[in-house]
Amino acid sequence: MEVIYIVLPLAVIMAGIAVFAFLWAVRKGQYDDLDTPPHRILHDDELP
Amino acid sequence: MAMPSDLSLHASSAASQRVVCDHCGLPVPVGLVEPDAPRQFCCGGCRAAYETIHACGLESYYRLRAAESDSQGRSAAGDGSHYTAFDSPTFAELYVTPVSGGLCRTQLALEGVTCGACVWLVEKLPRVATGVVEARLSLRDATVTVVWDPTRTTLSAIARTLDRLGYRSHPARGISRRELHRREERGRLVHLGVAGAIMGNTMLLGLAMYAGMFGNMEREYSTLFRWLSAILGTISLAWPGMVFFRSALSALRLRSVNLDVPIALALLVGGVAGIVNVVRGQGEIYFDSLTVLIFLLLVGRWLQFRQQRRADESLELLFSMMPTTCRIVRGDAVVESPIEALRTGDLVEVRPGELFPADGVVEVGQSSVRQALLSGESAPVQVAPGGQVFGGTQNVGSEVRVRIRDVGADTRIGRLMRLVDQGLSDKPQAVRLADRLGFWFVIVVSLASIGVFIAWARHDVSWAIENTVALLIVTCPCVLGLAAPLTLAVAMGRLARRQILVKSGTVIELLARAGRSILDKTGTITHGEMRVIHWRGDDRYKPIVAAVERLSSHPVARAITELENLEGAGAANAAQPSRPCPPEGHGQDARAATAPVVDRKTVIERGDGGIAATVDGRSVRIGSRTFMERQGIELSSDDGGDARLTRVFVAVDGAAVATILLGDDVRPDSAAAIAALRRMGWRPSILSGDAQAVVDDVAARIGVPACDAIGEVTPEAKLERVRERCDGQVTVMVGDGVNDAAALAAADVGIAVQGGAEASLAAADVYIARPGLGAIVELISTSRRTMRVLRRALLVSLAYNLLAGGLAAAGMMSPLLAAVLMPVSSATVLSTIVASMSRSSEAPTWK
Repeated sequence: MEVIYIVLPLAVIMAGIAVFAFLWAVRKGQYDDLDTPPHRILHDDELP
Repeated sequence: MAMPSDLSLHASSAASQRVVCDHCGLPVPVGLVEPDAPRQFCCGGCRAAYETIHACGLESYYRLRAAESDSQGRSAAGDGSHYTAFDSPTFAELYVTPVSGGLCRTQLALEGVTCGACVWLVEKLPRVATGVVEARLSLRDATVTVVWDPTRTTLSAIARTLDRLGYRSHPARGISRRELHRREERGRLVHLGVAGAIMGNTMLLGLAMYAGMFGNMEREYSTLFRWLSAILGTISLAWPGMVFFRSALSALRLRSVNLDVPIALALLVGGVAGIVNVVRGQGEIYFDSLTVLIFLLLVGRWLQFRQQRRADESLELLFSMMPTTCRIVRGDAVVESPIEALRTGDLVEVRPGELFPADGVVEVGQSSVRQALLSGESAPVQVAPGGQVFGGTQNVGSEVRVRIRDVGADTRIGRLMRLVDQGLSDKPQAVRLADRLGFWFVIVVSLASIGVFIAWARHDVSWAIENTVALLIVTCPCVLGLAAPLTLAVAMGRLARRQILVKSGTVIELLARAGRSILDKTGTITHGEMRVIHWRGDDRYKPIVAAVERLSSHPVARAITELENLEGAGAANAAQPSRPCPPEGHGQDARAATAPVVDRKTVIERGDGGIAATVDGRSVRIGSRTFMERQGIELSSDDGGDARLTRVFVAVDGAAVATILLGDDVRPDSAAAIAALRRMGWRPSILSGDAQAVVDDVAARIGVPACDAIGEVTPEAKLERVRERCDGQVTVMVGDGVNDAAALAAADVGIAVQGGAEASLAAADVYIARPGLGAIVELISTSRRTMRVLRRALLVSLAYNLLAGGLAAAGMMSPLLAAVLMPVSSATVLSTIVASMSRSSEAPTWK
């Protein structure tokens, strides 16, 4: 069960990376407008 | 006098066939329907927008819009304004930011943004307008961010293009406040994310440890798990959890107690005990429960914050829609410029329908001024050269030029705004239900924990500490702290969809009680504008009168064009779209088959309140008594009607044939709403700036006793009235005008209704974007329902707390039991809330 000494820190580090990615996204304003992009992604197909 | 047959009425066919505008989807007024045309438009603005969209090859817009399930009729269309003020240096200084590459960026608030198809259309702007580099529309706040090349185009040209597409644009005000909100929301989101991630990981570790309790976990691994839980838990307490400590501290510093005090107490005790036990290597740790607690509490608060921010931003959008430009006369030229550039001594031009930008004296022209928003007076006031006009009042007659005397804070509106500040500063702070409960919680929990400690300490001190800590943690009012913001957020979201914007959750708690409701008359109980109340004469003349009045832009004339829809007394109230449509030439010929033909060359509109025209070869005169007398037409001196109503007379071929009685009529739902208010325990009363006789009449018609209907009240007196508080009674003020603003600010709950002045919007706690008192009844009944649901949820959570607290006091609370009980209690309470809130939404409304 010594593997827990590797796996556990690894899991925590992975969670930490996820948290940092989330913080980055929030600070970049990715969550500021949640209403418009769902429409926009549909419309881009209309371009000639 | 006989009527030729071709003049006979066709009004009854009006309602049977509804023709829908091809651009905006609203019904086309009967007079503008062109039977043979392939496309139908309700006004010139819609026609122009439709043609522009086609000319630019953007027809897909209509297809996209049809695909949007929630797409409604879009009423706003461009008004053909020139937007030259957008190019002025003052405007650039206030609203335009330079960006790299010599480009400029600004935000414009758009009217008429409704659905995803608008995103598509507006973001095609770079293709349609040269020089526009980028256009991004945000559906949430209906603002477009435009980046353009100032060497290739001007902002006014961009605004004109948007106008032609059907979107009136305004400078987006309140950007700095919005930026502040955005930063706060991001901060809350960060806390939420971190708390959530830590919660997930700590729960995983906790699960492993609970599993280990039944199996045989080696001690070295359990120590590792405990340390890791402690580290993660401490991060959660010290970062996202800090909000609770800060709030509790500031409450204690003010020698008061809010709900955060017991929460912070539980977090602190649990955290310290956990760390001590981890270091000691024995005893219980509670980090899994603590991290769940922090996360759930933050979720509730975040949801409530989002709803409040939404209401706030919708109001800011309304502010942006207020006119911010005026036309200054410089020499021979008339320059459109931002209001901020206006100085004392400037001469400004004010067209009919526009608001006066500041206080001044009329220099050229005569007109009538609607002061309803400023004084509460419903009838327009006549002004002539030398007469005084005030900023914020509306010019409803003809074009005038005004010499500006006072600007900004020195105007009458500015002075009233100072009263608003005063009203806001002495508004009593309502103590929220949850915080009141927090007070009792702290007392009960501390007494109980002292009792438990003393009881167990006689046997074993360390066992006593363990049990006391367990008690403190399991009785943490987590569900209480979650239930209140969540219920309020659901209620606010639901109200917002019903066009009732609530700025804070406290309002809902206050409205669920009972007290006084003070209503303004003009615009709140009544329509706030002239409407046809009676038609006295032969019905066959109605189409002729309507056809003639359609050619005039006078507000009374506009009211009379609704005449055709007036079938029997009182039906005018139900008359459909009241939006004034500019008379368009194209509609005239097509109507020939059914409608009376007005010979346009013969139309003479007189400044003294009358219009003359030839219709199908007959001379028709419509106007006031003085106009008629000057035209030599004899009128009977008394018609036996209500003396307070405005009269318009109709003469055909020199003989009086009909009288139209107009007035600011009571809204059809007012009486029912007043009765409903009374049933819910409120005492409605009227405070108005209008004449006492008018107020008495309205009060009698809607069932308010004469002692509660007070007229001729100044804004200061309104403020005084609102301040006279009765103990334990909630004072609600409902109004729309600047004259109500100070009272709105000082009342426990200020409610501004549709069409209100900017000052009243800023001062109010609630804004209702729907006409009529019905919305107020709906708001109050929703509040009562919400608080009922909340109280039930609190009872359930209290029962859980008693159970868990009893177990802990008896020394039977194991950490595993705590870890199970806490989420289960949260889940039950939340599902109770969600279930009863969605049930109540299906319940019939007050009608």
